[in-house]
Order: sequence, then structure tokens, then C-alpha cells
Amino acid sequence: MGAVVDEVFAKLPGVSCLVVDDCSSDRTAAEAIAAGATVLRLPFNLGVGGAMRAGFRWALEHNYECVVQVDADGQHDPASVPLLLETLSGGADLAIGARFAGEGSYTVSGPRKWAMKFLAAVLSSTTRTTLTDTTSGNRASAPRAIALFANHYPAEYLGDTIESLVIAARSGLVIRQVPVVMRPRAGGVPSQNFVRSTVYLARGVLALMFALMRPKSSYGAGARS
Amino acid sequence: MSIESYVLGIASAVLILIVVIELLRRRHLRERHAVWWLLAGTLALVVGIFPQILDWAAGLVGIAVPTNLVFFVSIALLFFVCLQHSSELTRLESKTRVLAERIAILEAEHGATSNNRPAENDFME
Repeated sequence: MGAVVDEVFAKLPGVSCLVVDDCSSDRTAAEAIAAGATVLRLPFNLGVGGAMRAGFRWALEHNYECVVQVDADGQHDPASVPLLLETLSGGADLAIGARFAGEGSYTVSGPRKWAMKFLAAVLSSTTRTTLTDTTSGNRASAPRAIALFANHYPAEYLGDTIESLVIAARSGLVIRQVPVVMRPRAGGVPSQNFVRSTVYLARGVLALMFALMRPKSSYGAGARS
Repeated sequence: MSIESYVLGIASAVLILIVVIELLRRRHLRERHAVWWLLAGTLALVVGIFPQILDWAAGLVGIAVPTNLVFFVSIALLFFVCLQHSSELTRLESKTRVLAERIAILEAEHGATSNNRPAENDFME
């Protein structure tokens, strides 16, 4: 954890770094503080979506103009941040660092690949832009996206990536994708066996279906505020 | 129908109503949750006192054995109560989630857990 924060500060001088500690039992918070990050400690485990929303809320209340998420496992290279920010300056509200857009050599196969292809196709049409990596967590959000996500970031599994895109698109935000290189994780093991991939496909499709079925009014207020 | 089963039916319905009303009286049960149980108790009492109603209602919807109507209505009622609880649980979870986020933010703002670097630039990780 400390290493990730160190790298962020080394490659991106002048940024402020917020680490959301989703009630982990290891030394995440201590290491992050030692490395100079601000730490939000959730009192109990909320999952990715809850942690993300807490982060966006912090950003909204402290008037940040831009939020970039970087995974704590070291998978995202902070060097990709300037490119994401450039995309925001170009008029996008949400910039997504995509793994399959030409850069790098990240590969998947089987049901997981089908799931990603299917999600990419549906979400591309929902967001009216070409998306190839809808579950990428490497994203940059501009003020309109921050205001929306601080109130309406979905808590469900896969909601953090898939449903957040649907919400953003239906709230009229402009979404763009840029190619990035993903590195192997520094910690944790990726889940890539057949059964788990199939479950992933099913849950992804389900998450997408419900996201598209939800009435706009359930999150519409956030986009305007 | 024997006199014993007639009394049993009425007694259990009265018992349900007494328990629900007592819980309401002590504020151990909110009205919105008690509605279904009051409805169930009242129905059971009415049918207990006048079993002819059950025969009549069963004939109305074409059920040959009137007790089957009792089972159907009971299961339907339990189903709705269950569903209401699931929905209530979801609301509570989302409220707890908001509280957890608020606490984390307040702690970071006021507690010793934060070690803020001055935000010289306008973006964060």
C-alpha cells in the first residue's frame, strides 16, 4: 500500500491522495498515512461501491475539480493519469483507462471474455461512444461526474463499474475511453477459473439489466445538483 | 366441526391479536409492520367465529376444499410480510451505508487518522 502511494506522489507531484480503507485488517491505513495520504476509514466493510462513493463524497465536500481512481493493488500505472486528465480537459465528464484499446498485453479468455465483449457492446450503445473495457477501474471524473457519483454510486457487486457507466450516460455525462497499460497486480490473486468466470458473466448481465431498468428519477437529482 | 376445534380456532386468533396489540402498545412493533399481522389476526378471528364465511369464499373462487383457501391466504400473507422485510432491510442497509461514509469523512476531517498534504493542485487520486 505504501508503495502505491509513494509511486503516486513520485509520478504526480502536487496531487492529493486519498486512500479509502474499507475496514481492512492489515496495515493499509497506517502505511498510507505514513506515505502521506489522507485516509478514510470505513467503520465496517462496504465493498468497492461504498468505498468509491465515500471517496467521491470527500472530493465533492472538499471541492476537488477532478478525481482519478487508482487501484490499491498497483495494477494501474499513475503515469496514465495525465492522459486521463487531458481527456477531461477535452470536454469529457468521465474518462476511462481501457485495457484492450491497443496498449499493453492484458488478455482474458472464456466466459469472462464473452462477458466483457457483451457488456462493451451494450454499454457502448448506451453511452454513445466506443467502449472496450467497461469494468476498468482506472477512471477520471470531472465535477459533474463527482457530483453524480457522490450521491448515486451503486453499492452492488459490479455496480461500481457497469451501473456507474449507465447512470453517467443516462444523466447526460460525456464518457470517453483512452488506452492504458495495466500491470500485473502487486498483491492478491486474480479470479480466472471457468466457474467463477461464468458466475461473473451472469452477474454482469444481471447488473446491466437492472441498471437499464431502473427509473432515471432514482438518481436524476444528483446530476443537476 | 367439533366444539373443541371451534374453540381452538377462536382462541388462537384472539391470542394472535392480543400479542400484536400488546407489542404495539409497548412500542415494540411499529404500526406499518403490524398492519399485516392485525389483518391476519382479524381474518382468523372472523373465520373462526363464522366458519360459513370460509365455505362461501371457497365456493366463490372455486376451491373444493375450504381449508385450502386458508393455506393459500396464509402463505400469501407470509410471502408479503417477508417481501416487506427484505425491502425494509435494503432501506436500512443503504441508510447504514450513508452513515458509515459520513463517519469516515468526519473522522478523517477531525481525527488523528488523517495526515493531510496541502492540496496544491486541483485533483486527487
